[in-house]
Amino acid sequence: MLIKIKNSWDLSEKDVTSEEDFFSRRDFVKAAGIMGVGSAVNLMTPALAGAYQAETPPSGKYNGSDIKDEQTVLSAITSYNNFYEFGIEKDDPSKNAHSLVTKPWNITVDGHCENPGEYAVEDLVNFNALEERIYRMRCVEAWSMVIPWVGVSLSQVIEKLKPSLSARYIYFETLEDVEQMPGQARNIIQWPYREGLRMDEAMHPLSIMAVGLYGRTLENQNGAPLRLVVPWKYGFKGVKSIVKISFVEEKPNTSWMRLAPQEYGFFANVNPAVSHPRWSQASERRIGDFRRRKTLMFNGYGEMVAGLYDGMDLRRNY
Amino acid sequence: MEKKLSRLLIHTLSILPALWIGWQIWLWYSFLPHELSANPIEYITDFTGNWTIRFLLLTLSITPLVKLTKWRLLKYRRAIGLYAFLYGLLHFLNYMMLDYFFNWSLIIEDVLKRPAITFGMAGFAMLVILAITSFKFTKIKLGKNWTKLHQLIYILAISVTVHNYMMVKADVLIPLIHATILSILLLYRLYLNWSKRRERAKRQLA
Ligand code: HEM
Repeated sequence: MLIKIKNSWDLSEKDVTSEEDFFSRRDFVKAAGIMGVGSAVNLMTPALAGAYQAETPPSGKYNGSDIKDEQTVLSAITSYNNFYEFGIEKDDPSKNAHSLVTKPWNITVDGHCENPGEYAVEDLVNFNALEERIYRMRCVEAWSMVIPWVGVSLSQVIEKLKPSLSARYIYFETLEDVEQMPGQARNIIQWPYREGLRMDEAMHPLSIMAVGLYGRTLENQNGAPLRLVVPWKYGFKGVKSIVKISFVEEKPNTSWMRLAPQEYGFFANVNPAVSHPRWSQASERRIGDFRRRKTLMFNGYGEMVAGLYDGMDLRRNY
Repeated sequence: MEKKLSRLLIHTLSILPALWIGWQIWLWYSFLPHELSANPIEYITDFTGNWTIRFLLLTLSITPLVKLTKWRLLKYRRAIGLYAFLYGLLHFLNYMMLDYFFNWSLIIEDVLKRPAITFGMAGFAMLVILAITSFKFTKIKLGKNWTKLHQLIYILAISVTVHNYMMVKADVLIPLIHATILSILLLYRLYLNWSKRRERAKRQLA
């Protein structure tokens, strides 16, 4: 159940919400009950629907997320995106991403692991184990959202692939296909989009592979059919529409590091004390709010993740 | 009559973006559907910043247009320059009021520590100076110095184009277009200057 904390500057938020295409989890559960799941909304599997009818976090195994923050309206999550593969403006992905074909979808797994090969989404993600995770998402551009993701722990996926000890990092790639991703006609970044995590970060229970949000299958502009979510890092670490996973020894050279190494580092942990050279990271605007709020160290997940970086100088390893 | 009409046309066209953004902001404040995206303040920053640059480039285009086409546009130059000031003011106010809500410590940190903002701020300061000395009586009072002072617009334009280039995250296409137009306009001045000097030299020889 959501506990909604009202801040003084939030006062009009509810009004905004009621105007928009928004349904809360409770409404959703009601709708699902009345109208029969599946017809009410675009659900992906009966398993997911079942989880939602239960109205508990689908698996309750790990509930590390802070669900007290008000969730961002669905229409904002699906219309305000950085996904340069579909264009540079925030509303380009919602306009252009329909050209992406997500079925069928294969993911190539290679590198230091026992089970390399080609996997369908269903082979990597156990749709019977889907959980809801309500996470803050802090963009490096100093705005943020609260998103109820649906997915599985990344560790579950990794365990299936059985990386060997020499795998020190996990590396991801987004699809590269200009036919489906018209934004790739321009070389704004070197395609394909590349991201990576240290293995211990990837195995952390907060890291998830998401296939949905707000109880629905991911929209293409949000990274369908599967994407990474690492809530204590800036949003750009959340690589979308993944087609490749590699287990590697060397630290991957990720897309934003290639583009501007002095501005974007490999770790990209949310850190209000380390500013972007061109703007402060000390505060952020939560989408839907009027005033800025203070940015939290590790996006508020410090208690759970700070240990990963013991002894590291986070000013240098930004 | 014709002059009045074209003046009216120029003012109408120039104020349209301001009216549009004002209307959209009103919709936003009234919780009505609007075009400002999920992050209206950033949208307003981009919108007003881009219109400031466009009007600055337009202002700088008047002289070349007059020289090349003989259209009598000079009388509109002040108005167009003041529209650049209007959009610059909106850009600045949006930053101070909506974006940072008068959080002076953050604003001062931004201006001092971040060169991109320093360039924008310097540009805006020059724009203010030009706007308040743009009246007829200040022009008469300043005499020859007025022309010199208003050559600040070249530095101003370079400064804000650098600001524009530095503020975008990855796609530098638009700022590069601005920079290209500005370079052409500035090179044209250099050419004018050079040919004037040559004329003078020739005359002295003759
Ligand atoms: C009057 C001279 C100025 C001009 C012509 C100007 C122009 C611009 C332009 C064209 C942009 C890029 C918009 C885009 O991304 O499409 C921009 C961005 C920005 N400007 Fe200015 N600017 C000026 C002064 C200032 C001042 C004085 C400040 C603050 C003190 C400022 C703060 C910003 C900020 C914060 C952004 C980034 C917006 C974002 O995050 O997208 N500017 N400006």
